[in-house]
Parts: sequence; C-alpha cells; structure tokens
Amino acid sequence: MRFHLSEEQGAIQDAIRGTLADSLPSEKLHKLIDGEAEFDRESWDALMALGLGGLMLPEQYGGSDLGLLDAALSAEVGGEGAVSGPLIGQIATGLAIAESDDDDAKSAWLPKLATGDAVATLAFGRDWLPESWDVSAVGNRVSGSVRFVQAATMADVYLVGLAGGKLALVEAGEHVEVQPLESFDRTRRQSTVIFNSAPATLLSADSGRIFDVALILAAADALGGAQKALDMTVAYAKEREQFGQPIGQFQALKHQIAQMALEVEPARALVWYAAYAFDKGLDDARRAAAIANAHLSDRFVSIGRAAVAAHGGIGYTWEYDLSIWFRRSIYSRAYLGGPAVHRERAAQLANW
Amino acid sequence: MDLSYGEENESYRKDVREFLKVAWNPASVEKPAMKAYIAGFREKATGKGYLYRAIPREFGGSQQPVDVLKAQVIREEFARARAPMEVGGNGMNMVVPTLLERGTQEQKEQFIRKTMSGEYIWGQGYSEPGSGSDLASVRTKAVLDGDKWVINGQKIWTSQGMDATHMFMLARTEADAPKHAGITYLLLSLDHPGVTRQPIKQITGGATFCEFFFEDVTTPVAWQIGDRGDGWNVSKTTLKHERASIGSADMLGHQFAQLVKLAKETQRNGQPAIKDPLVRDALVRIEGWVLAHRYSSYRLFSHAAAGDPPPSVGLMMKLLLTEIGHDIALTAEDMIGDEAMLEPAPPGTRGRGPEKWLDQIMGSLGNSIAGGTTNIQRNIIGERGLGLPRDPAMGA
Ligand SMILES: Cc1cc2nc3c(=O)[nH]c(=O)nc-3n(C[C@H](O)[C@H](O)[C@H](O)COP(=O)(O)OP(=O)(O)OC[C@H]3O[C@@H](n4cnc5c(N)ncnc54)[C@H](O)[C@@H]3O)c2cc1C
Repeated sequence: MRFHLSEEQGAIQDAIRGTLADSLPSEKLHKLIDGEAEFDRESWDALMALGLGGLMLPEQYGGSDLGLLDAALSAEVGGEGAVSGPLIGQIATGLAIAESDDDDAKSAWLPKLATGDAVATLAFGRDWLPESWDVSAVGNRVSGSVRFVQAATMADVYLVGLAGGKLALVEAGEHVEVQPLESFDRTRRQSTVIFNSAPATLLSADSGRIFDVALILAAADALGGAQKALDMTVAYAKEREQFGQPIGQFQALKHQIAQMALEVEPARALVWYAAYAFDKGLDDARRAAAIANAHLSDRFVSIGRAAVAAHGGIGYTWEYDLSIWFRRSIYSRAYLGGPAVHRERAAQLANW
Repeated sequence: MDLSYGEENESYRKDVREFLKVAWNPASVEKPAMKAYIAGFREKATGKGYLYRAIPREFGGSQQPVDVLKAQVIREEFARARAPMEVGGNGMNMVVPTLLERGTQEQKEQFIRKTMSGEYIWGQGYSEPGSGSDLASVRTKAVLDGDKWVINGQKIWTSQGMDATHMFMLARTEADAPKHAGITYLLLSLDHPGVTRQPIKQITGGATFCEFFFEDVTTPVAWQIGDRGDGWNVSKTTLKHERASIGSADMLGHQFAQLVKLAKETQRNGQPAIKDPLVRDALVRIEGWVLAHRYSSYRLFSHAAAGDPPPSVGLMMKLLLTEIGHDIALTAEDMIGDEAMLEPAPPGTRGRGPEKWLDQIMGSLGNSIAGGTTNIQRNIIGERGLGLPRDPAMGA
C-alpha cells in the first residue's frame, strides 16, 4: 500500500517547475497576456523537450509509457506555472491515437506529438460531453463548427468530437478555418474552428476514456493553479506590513488563509485518486474523474477570489501576477463543462 | 501508487477471517453471558496478536511490531464481522499511550491492565472554568506534601466524568515558573472524600459531561507522569493521540451513505428526493469533500506505513471532519423537513424517526469545540502548516 508520490515523481515535478520558472517567468507571462501570440512557444518547447508530450505514449513511438497519474502530476505543475500551450490537448490527443487501432496514424503522429514537433488541441464542441458533439462526418471528411478551441491558430492537428461520440483527427490546412475569440484567460486563448469538409482520420479510441483523461488533467491543472494562488497569498501575508506588523499575523487574515489551505491540500488526494483509478481501471474511475473535476473547479475559483481579497488593492491589478491565475480559475471552471454538469453525471453514474 | 495491501497482508487477512469465523459467534450466546463472552473473545484475539498490539505482553498486550497495514487489515476484518475491537475510551486512547511513552515500569504495571479490562475508567481533567483554549493557564493547584501531591481546584467539561474512577489531570505545581513550565501531569483516584462532582446536562439533553471540585485531594508522587513541571509536554503526547483518533474516514463514509439512503427514502413532489436536481447536486458536492477527506487519510496512512512524518494535511483533518459533518447534517435536515422540530429519542432507542438526524447536527457541533476549537485548528494550520507569523499573545 502506497499513497504518496515516489521520489522520482517528485523529481519530475521539480524538473518541470524549474523549467517553467526559467522559460516562463513573470515578465514573459505578462508579455504573453499583453501581446498577440496565442501561446509562448519557447516555454512550450522546453516542456516538450522534457518529454511531457509523450508521457503516456508507448516507448516505440518515443513516449515514456507512464500512466495518467504521472501526466496529472505534470499538468498540476503546468497549472502552477500558468503553462500556455495546449498541454491537456497534446496528451489527450496522443492517447486517443495510441488507443486506436490505426498503425498509420500512430506512426504519422505519435513521434511528433511526443517530441512536440506537432501541436495538438481538442475540438470537442457543443456542450463538451461526448453525447453532445455535433461535427458530422461523411466518409472521411468532417464538417461543422466548434467553439472554444485552445491554441487553434498554432495547432497542427485537432482531436475533433463527432456526432455520435466518435473521435477524429484533422490536420490544420485549407479546409480548416480558425476565428480567434476575445479570451478572458489570455494564457489559454480560444478560437472557433470551422471544418469545411476537412479530410479526417476516424479514430476507434473510446471517447469516454479520452474525455475522462481531459477531465482529470484539467482538475490537476486547477489544483496547481489553486496551490499557486495560495502560495502567493502566504508569501504576501508574511511580507506585507500594516499597523506595524505582517498582515499574516492578524488572526482574521490568518484564518482566511488557513481556510484556503483547507480547500487546496485535501483536494490533492482527490486528484491523485482519480488518476490512480483510471490507471488501474477501477470501477469507480469515471465517477472519480467527474467528482474530482467538479470539486477542483469550485476550489480554484474560491481560492482565486480569496487570494485577491487577501492581497488588497495590488491583487486587483492587471500587473500583479495573481490576475493571471484568477483568470485561469474562471476558465477552468467552464472548461469541459461546469461543476454542476459533472456533479449530475456523477449522480447518474451512481444510479441515483 | 498502489492501494492494494500486498500478498503477505492478504494472506494475513485470510488468517484473521478464519479466526473470526471460529471465535466470534455472538448469535450462539445468551444475553446474560454476553459480557463474559466478549471478554473471552478479546483475550483470544489478543493471544493471536490482533488486539492491543502496541502494548507489551507483560502488561497484557500482544506486543506486535508496528505494522500499520496489518493493523488496518485487522480493523477491516473485525468491522466486517462486527466483532468488538479493543476497549475504547479516554483510558485506552490517551492514558495508555502516554504511559507507554512516558510512564515508569511501576506505573505501567499498575494501570495498563486495569484500564484494558475496563476496571479503571478515566476522565480527562484538562479544561477549567478559566482555561479552555488557553489550556496552559490551568490554575488547579497541586502542592507537594512528603510523598503526596495535594490538589485543590476545579475541572470542567469532563466527558464520561460521572462514570470515571480515575482522572488524568494537568495541575499547576510551580507557581513562579512561566505558564507552560509550571504544569505537572498527574494521575489520581476519584475515590477520595475531597472529590465532588456534578453532572452538567449537555445541549443534546442526553449524555453528560461533568464538573469536578477538588479539596485537599491527595495522589501519590509515584503517580505523576514525567518530570515535575514537564506536564505540558507530556500532555502533548496525549493530544497527539487524541487528534489521530478523531479523523475517521470510515465514520464519515458511513454518515454519507446514510445521507444517500435518506435521500432515496424521502419523498418529495411525488418522487424520491434523490431525483431532485438540487438534492443530487448537494450530495455530490458533499461527496467531493468526503472523498477528499478519505483519500487524504490514505495519504496519512501511507506516510505512517512508510515511517515518514505526516504531510501537512494531517493538521487539517479535524477541521475538515467537523465541517463536512456539519454539511451532511444540514443537508439531512433539509430533507427531513418538519420532522426536525421533534426531539430525538436517545440513540439506541427502538423506532427512532428521521429526527434522529439531529444527533448528527449536535455531534458535528460538539466536534467543533471538543479537542481544540475550530479557531484553534485554524491557528494551527496557519502557523504550523503555513508558517504565518504567530500571535505573540498566545505564547508558545
Ligand atoms: C462535547 C465536549 C466534550 C468535552 N470533553 C472534555 C473532557 O473530557 N475533558 C476536558 O478537559 N475538556 C473537555 N471539553 C472541553 C473542551 O476541550 C473545551 O471546551 C475547548 O478546549 C474550548 O475551551 P472553552 O470551552 O474554555 O472555550 P474558550 O477557550 O473560552 O473559547 C470560546 C471561543 O473563543 C474562541 N477562542 C479562544 N481562544 C482563541 C484564540 N486564541 N483565537 C481565536 N479564537 C479563540 C474559541 O474558538 C471559541 O469560539 C469538552 C468539550 C465538549 C464540547
């Protein structure tokens, strides 16, 4: 019985943390959110060089054959560092291809996804859930419009949700039109993507599983973001003085911050369990994914709000880093369906 | 990560199960003989190494090497068979661990067996009318007279106080020392003419705690645990044991299962309440917290099994339990509606209606005070967990 991270897992998280600190420091994040680029290529490439794209892919295609738990631990650090590329899309797309029985697609895409030579993003559509997807397929051509596709202008390939809950792979090109949206989370910008009879590779992977992977990675990202907002708040409360003492010595604020910690730290094990249950194929895996995602979506927004409040005026500025994570929390809550959606799914999965 | 217990422990589980099949058959026992049957069962289970594992053989325990996993396997199998585990209460949870860590050989010989057998029932004599959260300010005084301590003062909120035969107490012995350094940890018999006690009816209307008055009550110096003036540190070993036993994921899981059952059985708008979208949402919302608590307890368990220090989430378990317990209670109250205006009959009474959920409300309320209030828990999380600056008024 072991329910804590191995030294190696901790070391991997530290390596990603260090890479993000070096390649995506605060100044670059601000340049990104004030600029036009959809994501920061240099830090993305640095993460891909660490092997994040291939974490869950078979070794024969350049992957490291690890489980979702390891991917979630990476996504968590990504959330902590405000990773700007479509990390969840990259990992989920790779897995969708790896779990399909199409060797040509595997050889064509997996090595590139593992190294980051190709960027993949999710184009699920409608209400996110597989049963709501509505891009239509005629033969191996797909048509339809999908809103809220992250990093769409820079993506090389889209994992598209088809009517009937199937998945297809579509390469960027002349049959794919991208219309950027004015996005609230400027580290994860969105577009509408229109597929005009675009050539597609139909995938046989179980879309429910791929959706669960995305849900768990998103929960891990939210956990990392919430932890970051908490850490910033603790540091600020130790350093900022009013009335001649650090504000963190005032019990009202101390208790508010303790309450934040009470939201973050116990939630960590919820994310771990969901990933573990997926990896082991446990009966409650799907429900665990839904509950973890709903819970973390709520926690992140709650922490984001409390963190801003604890900072006072500086927290309410564009320039202070917290704005970045606050905006990420709002994005996280909506992404892949809001918490109420996944709670209702969890209720159904329990046959309530 | 791996939540399985491994082959060795699974084969151990089989042994435990086999043992229980043979040794625990309460259905075959007449009611008057039950008490003796249970005592005999505990003796056999101890002989097998299943109970009182931390207690040396010479004091009546089974003296097993520390093995968190085997202990958990035993708990699970006993729970499944509904077989009695160790005798509970303050004595086993607090006094015995403290004796094992800090007691003398004579003290261990004198108290452990009798506590295990239930002959000695212990009250926790910490709180006083003037000292609760600020426990180190206790004023009950003990003065040395030859080989005896002479105790004068008052203790309050003592759970099980009316049944207690003995007390473990924090008393001020060094009038001039700084407050934390002037306390000694004493054991005493309550069978003394200078002891008076009065029950205090709880807000539940039922179970009582009580108030104690001490007038020249004596206890042998040989019953003092640890050094004179070191009682604060000795009491911390006690509190540590108490905190560890409060956070119980299984109990919470059981309460949540009961809540789901209630939602299935309650009719609302001509259908079971569990079909109501608001109820479904509330249930899964709570379940998120219940599971976060459960898996966090796995984390603590895993660290303990590996012999690693506990992660910071350990400081949060009591507050988490209190808050989740309250959420469960309120959601239940919403479902039982007007029945919440009835007084519940005492637990164990036959035919209790839905108003029995009020016990849950009262229980989580008590939890928010006993063993360190919610505010004190938040201080601990903020200061020890997050390293926020300490409040100088609160001292060490
Ligand atoms: C059901 C039950 C069983 C109990 N059993 C026992 C027992 O067996 N033996 C025993 O010794 N005691 C027992 N107690 C007593 C319990 O330990 C105390 O009630 C508790 O420690 C609080 O002390 P107090 O009642 O004096 O409240 P106070 O300490 O006066 O607290 C009152 C309020 O002030 C707040 N407060 C106090 N100090 C601070 C601070 N520094 N910062 C912020 N807020 C603060 C508290 O959070 C609380 O809200 C029991 C209590 C209950 C409810």
